[in-house]
Amino acid sequence: MSSADSLEHLATREYKWGFVTDIEADSVPPGLSEDVIRLISSRKGEPEWLLAWRLEAYRRWLTMPEPMWSTVRFPLIDYQSIVYYSAPKQKKKLESLDEVDPRLLETYEKLGIPLAEQKRLAGVAVDAVFDSVSVATTFREELSKKGILFCSFSDAVREHPDLVRKYLGSVVPYADNKHAALNSAVFSDGSFVYVPKGVRCPMELSTYFRINAANTGQFERTLIIADEGSYVSYLEGCTAPQRDENQLHAAVVELVALERAQIKYSTVQNWYPGDAEGRGGIYNFVTKRGKCLGRASKISWTQVETGSAITWKYPSCILVGDDSIGEFYSVALTANRQQADTGTKMIHIGKNTRSTVVSKGISTGHGQNTYRGQVRIQKGADGARNFSQCDSLLIGPECGAHTFPCLEVHNPTATVEHEATTSKIGEDQLFYCQQRGISAEDAVSMIVNGFCKQVLKELPMEFAVEAQKLLGVSLEGSVG
Amino acid sequence: MSSEILLQVEGLCARAAGNEILRGLDLTVRAGEVHAVMGPNGSGKSTLANVLAGRPGVEVTAGKVLYRGRNLVEMAPEERAREGIFLAFQYPVEIPGVTNLYFLKAAANAVRKHRGLEELDAMDFLSLARRKMKLVEMDEKMMSRAINEGFSGGEKKRNEVLQMAILEPVLSILDETDSGLDIDALGIVSRGVNSLRSAERSMIVITHYQRLLDHIVPDRVHVLAGGRIVRSGGKELALELEEQGYAWIEGGAGAA
Amino acid sequence: MTRDAREHYVAGFGQFAEREAAGDPPWLHALRKQAIARFAETGFPTRDDEAWRYTNLGPIARTPFEIAAPASAVIGRADLERLSFPVFACSVFVFVNGRFAPSLSAPRALAGGIQIGNLAAALPSPLCPLEGHLGSLARPDEGALVALNTAFFTDGVMLHVPAGVEIETPIHVVYLSVPGERATISYPRTLVVAGRGSRATVVEDFVSLGGGVAFTNAVCEIALAEGSAVEHVSLQREHEDAAHLGAIRVRQARDSRYKAHGISLGGRLTRNDVLAILDGPGADCELNGFYVASDAQHVDNHTTIDHARPQGTSREFYKGVLDDRARGVFSGKVIVRPGAQKTSAQQTNKNLLLSADAEIDSKPQLEIFADDVRCSHGSSIGQLDEDALFYLRARGIDLATARSLLMRAFSAEITARIGIGALRERIDELLLARMLRTRAEAA
Repeated sequence: MSSADSLEHLATREYKWGFVTDIEADSVPPGLSEDVIRLISSRKGEPEWLLAWRLEAYRRWLTMPEPMWSTVRFPLIDYQSIVYYSAPKQKKKLESLDEVDPRLLETYEKLGIPLAEQKRLAGVAVDAVFDSVSVATTFREELSKKGILFCSFSDAVREHPDLVRKYLGSVVPYADNKHAALNSAVFSDGSFVYVPKGVRCPMELSTYFRINAANTGQFERTLIIADEGSYVSYLEGCTAPQRDENQLHAAVVELVALERAQIKYSTVQNWYPGDAEGRGGIYNFVTKRGKCLGRASKISWTQVETGSAITWKYPSCILVGDDSIGEFYSVALTANRQQADTGTKMIHIGKNTRSTVVSKGISTGHGQNTYRGQVRIQKGADGARNFSQCDSLLIGPECGAHTFPCLEVHNPTATVEHEATTSKIGEDQLFYCQQRGISAEDAVSMIVNGFCKQVLKELPMEFAVEAQKLLGVSLEGSVG
Repeated sequence: MSSEILLQVEGLCARAAGNEILRGLDLTVRAGEVHAVMGPNGSGKSTLANVLAGRPGVEVTAGKVLYRGRNLVEMAPEERAREGIFLAFQYPVEIPGVTNLYFLKAAANAVRKHRGLEELDAMDFLSLARRKMKLVEMDEKMMSRAINEGFSGGEKKRNEVLQMAILEPVLSILDETDSGLDIDALGIVSRGVNSLRSAERSMIVITHYQRLLDHIVPDRVHVLAGGRIVRSGGKELALELEEQGYAWIEGGAGAA
Repeated sequence: MTRDAREHYVAGFGQFAEREAAGDPPWLHALRKQAIARFAETGFPTRDDEAWRYTNLGPIARTPFEIAAPASAVIGRADLERLSFPVFACSVFVFVNGRFAPSLSAPRALAGGIQIGNLAAALPSPLCPLEGHLGSLARPDEGALVALNTAFFTDGVMLHVPAGVEIETPIHVVYLSVPGERATISYPRTLVVAGRGSRATVVEDFVSLGGGVAFTNAVCEIALAEGSAVEHVSLQREHEDAAHLGAIRVRQARDSRYKAHGISLGGRLTRNDVLAILDGPGADCELNGFYVASDAQHVDNHTTIDHARPQGTSREFYKGVLDDRARGVFSGKVIVRPGAQKTSAQQTNKNLLLSADAEIDSKPQLEIFADDVRCSHGSSIGQLDEDALFYLRARGIDLATARSLLMRAFSAEITARIGIGALRERIDELLLARMLRTRAEAA
């Protein structure tokens, strides 16, 4: 393969997760109104306070303009053409995994996420979300022995209403932005985690999101609360079938870390990106935010974004507690006509708070990649420190990379540093590798992998392998 | 002069960036020989190196290039490398994010695999690399840095010779390896190169200045001007060029 | 009632056009009409506008500023020399409240073909060399402030350097503001046209004589032809009551070199808006900047370097020192357009915060649409290096001196880039004096 060919290959990779599961769905008609929200809420048998909250969010949403400040470009969304709730038809109440529709189990197995007892991934508990609902959660029992609550959001509303009510919207208020308001109005399911005081969660918790039904939006909501001195590592993965029309995914994730608690949140995002001409693909508009409420707490975001037609997400940390730490590690790959506008906000409120931002953007084909970040040091944040590094790699002549950091410093004892570079994989680099006997294809993966490894090493092992496969790169060996 | 012919170039014409650079070049290199190619700027020295290594964008328009009897022009750059052709670049590129050590191991194993040898594991490779690093007096720390990134000019050139020592090529082409080196670095680089000389290996040393040839003594010296070799001789030719400069050649080539 | 005083300007334009601008050639008359129409439409920018997010023009927008009265009669040469540099070997052009003051100016004889003078004198000429240049880089449709200046400017300096001519000595332009009883505004306008392969150094020096509510709305246009080189110092040291909103627009042809030094020391509110378009292959642009702000000063540097053609090089280096309740803003955008291959761009912004109430907002930005480029930017915010301070004190140097030494080292990195030695030294002195004043109480 010549150097030009392998650059081309990387720019137009195919999507391997585009199949559709043939399963009957219980959906509400398309369109958005107070009635639809009431319908969703009643289907889920929700308490009155939650319905009221949803309606407030909806009324607010109606008044909010579309966010136009990002660099992504797409036609305005027709919110009335979207189906806001779609669930695979199943028995009312599942007693065990054996009762889950085998077609669903098969779907997850095909995606590499076996749910059945005997085949489960060791050391990873999975909540499987299919379209609008959670279809299975593994290892619930084992976890509950340690007092860890890991269940679907709907179960949490029923079983732990006090916790949900206390923290829902406490990190991402529904009025935060238009997409968050929409999610708050119509969210259907998602995952809920509570780790009690002093407990170190013994396994990785994960949610696997799958959009299946056509014309359906996915609006899940995740809430993770780590009580004093606890630790949890949480992973999420996502895929969707290949379709010609765009589908909307507007999720909200809220993390709360109390004193000395640590939350590590990893994402491998692989929604259907659309085809080479830019037809179809998921609009991934996600609001993710964590609050380091307690002293010396820590929230760490790691994301590998390879899918979606458009990615619009800024996993952020609000560092309230003194000595708290926020981290953001990101790799975003845009190929074909994908657009990614991603980054983070680090809001330093407490004293001696620290944050690290490492963002790696790779653009190929006609892909456009934007890093957008904000570091704010509030008045009282004495001794706050931030270091940000944003690197862009350009592959081919038609792509673009953009970096928009924003540093707001209102305290003189802060130290804030931002560095960014933009470089390319060009024919010179590839020829150099080829002259040393390395094929152009291997050279491309080697360079891409080298470029990303600072981020990939932050991922839990199982995910690092998955991420590398996605990036089409091989693991850089034990040397180096 | 009965040793095997490694490289045979006949009537080579080549274009780069739309310009005719090589215009009928002939050159024969036998196993064990060191050939120096000298000439003024723009005479085609680097183009010759690039043709031999197969750089994209350099187009052979006429003539033939045989390497061990095979048509070199048809071979992909990595295939040439695996077959033993090594180019020490005039301007080694920087590749951010990939460590020198990882790169060298990948390259060495690609070449070993091609030769039917077992691939080296991390430990074996490290000890090989350490041995070779001594040859060019290179600090081990350089191995964990990204390829050529932030290296000084001298460090880059030493890195090229280190790669050469590890890959053990059959035909090495040194493209102005002396440019930008101070006298100490020149000594180190030359010692490294000389230690690789053997009856089986050949080298083409491209240079603008005679001083490198004090250290790497050539068997043959060729003067390249206007895209062809206008004069060949023994090592004394280099001294003559040093004294007279290239003006007489440029004048001559222009008239030709 | 409109929130800003735009009606005041729109209403005043008719009279201005009939009186002050009565002698305008038709093309300028048309340009002004276009400009005031544009301003009437947009009014002053507000903080909803992303480019003005950190700078609040509200108080200025609401104040109906009057065109400053002529005041050159009240100024003597001695006043000027006290305010300005001791006049060194350069051509000096002085404008008081936006009007040329010949008695204070000292043009030197320049080589043949060079056209230099004040705009007001050149404009009525039927062979006016300004048509097609003036208003072509700073177009009225690209911002309310440029539009306002275009509608109302009456004078400023124009310099046309013919092909191949090199001017060795700097052209020193002093824009002196003499505030009156009422809130006044002046509209300095500078136009530099550098012919093929020419070279020139221009110093724009904004100074005030006395306090009072004064608003300087300045526009500077610089066109560089192929292979030309212009070094441009823009020095703003107006009174602490003043508002200074300046726009610099530069267009560079092939292989031209533009080097700017934007230094902001005075003013209550300062905004420098710089746009350099590298419009020919191989153009080279260097933007240096230094700002010092204390008390309640607000200084905003908003720059854009637009690589529109291949093989361009740009370096941007801005540094600032902020004390007391001062607020600094740096927004620097580097754009690399599709096809602008082999571009090399570097951008750095460094800030020192000296007080608990000082603030800085730094937005370095890269927008890259070509692949074969090398771009980097960096931004840092910190304090004077405590270790270095301690080291100096341990060698017997007192704290105040140690601080000033470190601050001088901080600013020297910028001023070292000024090409003309005499100019560099004077600016170094000015900076040091300004920084010492800032931290006098810390000693």
